[in-house]
Amino acid sequence: MSELLQQIINGISLGSIYALIALGYTMVYGVLRFINFPHGDAFMVGAFVGYYAAPRIVPLVGGSLLIAGPITLLLSMLVCSALGVTIEKLAYRPLRPRPKLTILITAIGISLFLEFGGQLVFGPDPKSFPTLLPSAVIINTPNLVLRSTPVIVIATTVGLMLLLRFIVMKTKLGTAMRAVSYNQSAASLMGINIDTVISFTFVLGSSLAAAAGILYGSLYPSINPLMGVFPGLKAFISAVLGGIGNIPGAAIGGFIIGLIETFVTGYLSPTYRDAIAFGILILILLFKPSGILGRAESEKV
Amino acid sequence: MGVHATKVVLLAAIAISFIVSLFQSQINPYFLQIIIYIGINIILATSLNLINGYAGQFSLGHAGFMALGGYTGAVVSTTLGATPGGSSAVIILPLALVLGGIVAALAGLLVGIPSLRLRGDYLAITTLGFGEIIRVVIQNLDFLGGARGFTGIPKLTNFFWVFSVVSITVFVISNLVNSSYGKGFLAVRDDEIAAQAMGINTTKYKVVAFVTGAFFAGVAGGLYAHFVSYINPQQFSFIRSIEIVVMVIVGGMGNTPGVIIAAALLTILPEALRPIAEYRMVIYSLSLVIIMITRPQGLFGRELSLRSLLGRLRKQAMPV
Repeated sequence: MSELLQQIINGISLGSIYALIALGYTMVYGVLRFINFPHGDAFMVGAFVGYYAAPRIVPLVGGSLLIAGPITLLLSMLVCSALGVTIEKLAYRPLRPRPKLTILITAIGISLFLEFGGQLVFGPDPKSFPTLLPSAVIINTPNLVLRSTPVIVIATTVGLMLLLRFIVMKTKLGTAMRAVSYNQSAASLMGINIDTVISFTFVLGSSLAAAAGILYGSLYPSINPLMGVFPGLKAFISAVLGGIGNIPGAAIGGFIIGLIETFVTGYLSPTYRDAIAFGILILILLFKPSGILGRAESEKV
Repeated sequence: MGVHATKVVLLAAIAISFIVSLFQSQINPYFLQIIIYIGINIILATSLNLINGYAGQFSLGHAGFMALGGYTGAVVSTTLGATPGGSSAVIILPLALVLGGIVAALAGLLVGIPSLRLRGDYLAITTLGFGEIIRVVIQNLDFLGGARGFTGIPKLTNFFWVFSVVSITVFVISNLVNSSYGKGFLAVRDDEIAAQAMGINTTKYKVVAFVTGAFFAGVAGGLYAHFVSYINPQQFSFIRSIEIVVMVIVGGMGNTPGVIIAAALLTILPEALRPIAEYRMVIYSLSLVIIMITRPQGLFGRELSLRSLLGRLRKQAMPV
């Protein structure tokens, strides 16, 4: 029973990471209708910003993790937003009127560039992530050990999701974003600046990916330049599971994939860890391609 | 060129590869290795070009098909106990290659079916995932050596086999796409809805592209396994698929001669650029982006074909 509880906590904290990354995939898909492959690598860059910044920030604020943590998080979100907006401006914007396949290949190219460029800049070997979140033991029974790290990870995720919900539902830019995702040309006729909205979407998505990177580093303190590949793909699968383009769906999908993966590795076989998510993807695409919350879209002629 | 003329070219190419293979022992082994890799990469790239370039179904799982063909071929030839140079090799290697191709083709059928309802991006991820699933499954199969790899595969691949298969692959694929049947691939690529409205069975075309492409990738995997004589799942990771995709894109999607040249160039280049080997993938990825932004038709353009070259020469030769 307590082992089950332990697995559930692990699953939800892993799912939080997937959910945060999935939100970025789903939002970009909502406004641009394509998969932003480098998003998983923005997550990696986010973790590396934390890796380099945290040891400098912590002594600056007198060693207090309570202050250093949020500052590192914000810094990393800022850097990744800049990265996301740059990629969008340099690579995607000139290609917007071109065929989908062109954009897809470009996105894959940028993703590989960040991964292998990262290997050159950061070095290919794994690095150990500095301690940013306090890892005190909260509950300690013979069968269940609950540390504070996963609790903080889950709490931060929920906080960021609520913030995102507020931005998307209540602010002017968020409303514009929903309008663009609903109908781009109509939104543009209503005086919405499409370019601004798309840049804003990349800012939101990339900063959530950066946050996921920092949280991931705190949960599993070994990071490397290729760390974004599989979490990125699994987060994408989460977005598809929840219904791509649907924001609450992405969050739900992330938690589900995190839980399934933890259960399969815990109870069945750890070696199939990376294959499960793809199996789920193929099943969703075969039986309910619109996902849990998505609505089926008919193709326009 | 009509089918008859191409058949003559095919037979001539196979005859030449046979003659060259008689002198194989005289070729510097390092060069021979590169030449064999060029051949294998040409098979991989032209077969992926059928799926990605002609049929427009972006696949990122070619290494998975290659792995299936390689492992199947390895099992066949080790079970039958072929020895290099033995007379049985003449029967066993083709058998191993064809069986490897068939297993890969069946997998292609399996991937082709979900592809019927997936658009570009989803298909790319599904095929990538499929390739990874194949790799993970092989890693967990003990009789295939698991993560340690499969050792002791007889070294049966030589110049003759590789370049005969290259000729057959190019022959089959170019005749397929140049036939009136093959126009359907281009129609599916250019506008699926319009093609469907014109009565083209888009489903069938996509599946045929996947199955044929996967078959040749499987054969290439078999040739590779019987050349290096040791394979492990890591050799067939998605980076391998990306390398093949880069060859297709540099050569120009849907441009077989361009893709062949690109496959040869991109096999030689890393060898020539050994000192900066760690930049290889960075250069590959940047060239993908730059080609897509500036020259999406590939380096060589759509006009690169024997006929258009001849036409251009004739035009220049004519006094104006």
